[in-house]
Amino acid sequence: MLSPAILIPAILNGLMSGAVYALVALGLTLIYGVLHIINFAHGALLTAAMFAAFFANRWLGLDPYVAAFLLTPLFFALGYALQRFVIGPAAHGEDRNILLVTLGLAVVIENALLYVFRADTRILDLPYGFDTIQVGPAFIALPRAIAFVAVIAVALALWLIMRFSDTGKAIRAVAREKLGAELAGIDVAHVYAMTFGLGTACLAVAACLLIPSYYVNPSAGNAFVLIAFTIVVLGGMGSVAGALIGGLFVGVVESLSGLWLGESLGQIGIFLIFILALLLRPSGLFGERA
Amino acid sequence: MSRFPISRRRFLHTTALGAAAMSAPAVLRAQGAPVKVGILHPVSGALSYSGQQGRIGAQLAIDEINGAGGIKALGGAKIEPMLGDAQSTPEGGNAEVEKMNAAGVAAIVGGYASAICLAASQTAARYDLPYVVDVGVVDSIVTRGLKNTFRFGPGFGVIAKTALENLVTINDQAGKPAKTAMIVHEDSAFGAGLAKLLNAQLPDKGFQVLETISHPTPTRDFNNVALKIKAQSPDLVIPANYYNEYVLLARTLLQQKIRPKGIYSVLGGAASSYKFVKEFPEAAQFIMDCNHWFDPKNPKALELKKKVEAKGEFYTYEVYMNYSGVLLLADALERAGSADRARIIAALESSTFAGHVMPYGPTKFVNGQNQGAAPVNTQVLDKDIQVILPAKFASAKAVFPIPG
Repeated sequence: MLSPAILIPAILNGLMSGAVYALVALGLTLIYGVLHIINFAHGALLTAAMFAAFFANRWLGLDPYVAAFLLTPLFFALGYALQRFVIGPAAHGEDRNILLVTLGLAVVIENALLYVFRADTRILDLPYGFDTIQVGPAFIALPRAIAFVAVIAVALALWLIMRFSDTGKAIRAVAREKLGAELAGIDVAHVYAMTFGLGTACLAVAACLLIPSYYVNPSAGNAFVLIAFTIVVLGGMGSVAGALIGGLFVGVVESLSGLWLGESLGQIGIFLIFILALLLRPSGLFGERA
Repeated sequence: MSRFPISRRRFLHTTALGAAAMSAPAVLRAQGAPVKVGILHPVSGALSYSGQQGRIGAQLAIDEINGAGGIKALGGAKIEPMLGDAQSTPEGGNAEVEKMNAAGVAAIVGGYASAICLAASQTAARYDLPYVVDVGVVDSIVTRGLKNTFRFGPGFGVIAKTALENLVTINDQAGKPAKTAMIVHEDSAFGAGLAKLLNAQLPDKGFQVLETISHPTPTRDFNNVALKIKAQSPDLVIPANYYNEYVLLARTLLQQKIRPKGIYSVLGGAASSYKFVKEFPEAAQFIMDCNHWFDPKNPKALELKKKVEAKGEFYTYEVYMNYSGVLLLADALERAGSADRARIIAALESSTFAGHVMPYGPTKFVNGQNQGAAPVNTQVLDKDIQVILPAKFASAKAVFPIPG
């Protein structure tokens, strides 16, 4: 059972799925780090993005990887508008309200999708969907390898934005000291909306990377968000590097526990990590101590 | 002072009328009034493709019956389908049975998945509502002593037995190249039950079961399963799961370049599906299956095939199983001469219906199970599905082990 011919491919598979988990977690952790709220609409927005990627292919004939360049700005704008015109005003400045508004949004989005598209599971069949590349003893599915590379690139880009751009600096300033940032002339409402937009844009990228090898139905996004929460807790709330490393780690754990415990019990490993992280290191691997 | 708004005189008057109506001959009463029949399938959710195929079959039979003048014993009453969606869950099936009962259906046909059939037929039993199982293969469907439940097709006890006998025949003819097997099954009533049965019987037939792998429905990644198969490299892979997972498994095996001597499925969700063969001919090539199949010598079955294909649909087992199930019920309605539930149940119990498209011969129910029901063995050969066993229906010889 433990021969490297099995172990290496299983670990590689885990890294591939972990990359996509990391991207979903990135959006979640970004929004948490700045707005200090958990965005319950994250899963529903991911599902919406997956439907968008699916129908961009069915109706417009766009390859998901091409559609990513269209959907990412579109979902950025959607996220920006949601925070600026719905969540922000409805919250009246109270964190607790923001939480409830995002929960409400999740219910509305999910049920709207259910109403329009029914509960059917849809699969996109692309000619390259089952192509493989050989890495040592392993055959890696091409869409997953592409996703892996893309996620690393997106994470790097996000880190650069946060580190060097004016927007990134403003976001970090607001995250650290809201009142001070406001006094320094930073438009906090705008920064909040930018952050929410960036978080939602991550989901659009994740959706386009997922759809060639995954399916979509009105509750497809939820499976990822539960894992993403674990990653955010493990990696540290608000940390980009933490989300990336945490995501890859969780992916490998899932793959290996699936291998040993069977597909039906595979996810047990993830939730064990969740509990252990909360018990032993509540601030996460890369989180700052509260 | 009377507390009731209906006077005694009026009460007598209405009950007398009612009694008169009850005692009138059935033919007069039912004339023109359509017979409501519940058509239950999982048309959304993980099993939606199979559910929709089942609905097509049932609808074709209903159109045919209504087009030919309806139920003659009921004065040409038309069958009015009440379509239900079980949403691929037993709870969904139950909810639809409740609705159908409230709407006053005479009987229900369908269910598709074993877990749904088990739940739905039990709920129907509470209302003495006749329930014709279209596919559901778990044997406990007909061993619970429910008077209302009838299964036209074979259960997996019979299917597993036939499948193993045929496997031995095929293996012996090829000079016994296969000695080991791995079972991959879905983890609900159907897959888990079948795996248990196979695990018990394969060793007696001289096959060693290396490992049994279960997975949930839906599963969207079979890489780990493929890795396990690769590690053990069994002579045979025996999958028992539903359509989507079956296709994915077969494609993943191809992708990971895992080539056992044979893929021999028992009730493989896609293994004898024209849709699978057309869409992924490379993954489907040489796959053998022991499954439901129409009678290839029956002109009516071939005519139905043309009709379904003319609609741009695939002629899958869900279609002809449901088509036959509805015809069986219509025959019972004719002989019952009534839409009364108890009389329909009695008519089904004594059914000798032979006008179906399956290779079962005349229908004979014992404790709700059709005795003649049996599966056949098929193999995908050059983008078509051929019957390889039993010999009297065979259109090709088995290709085993897989060449190359």
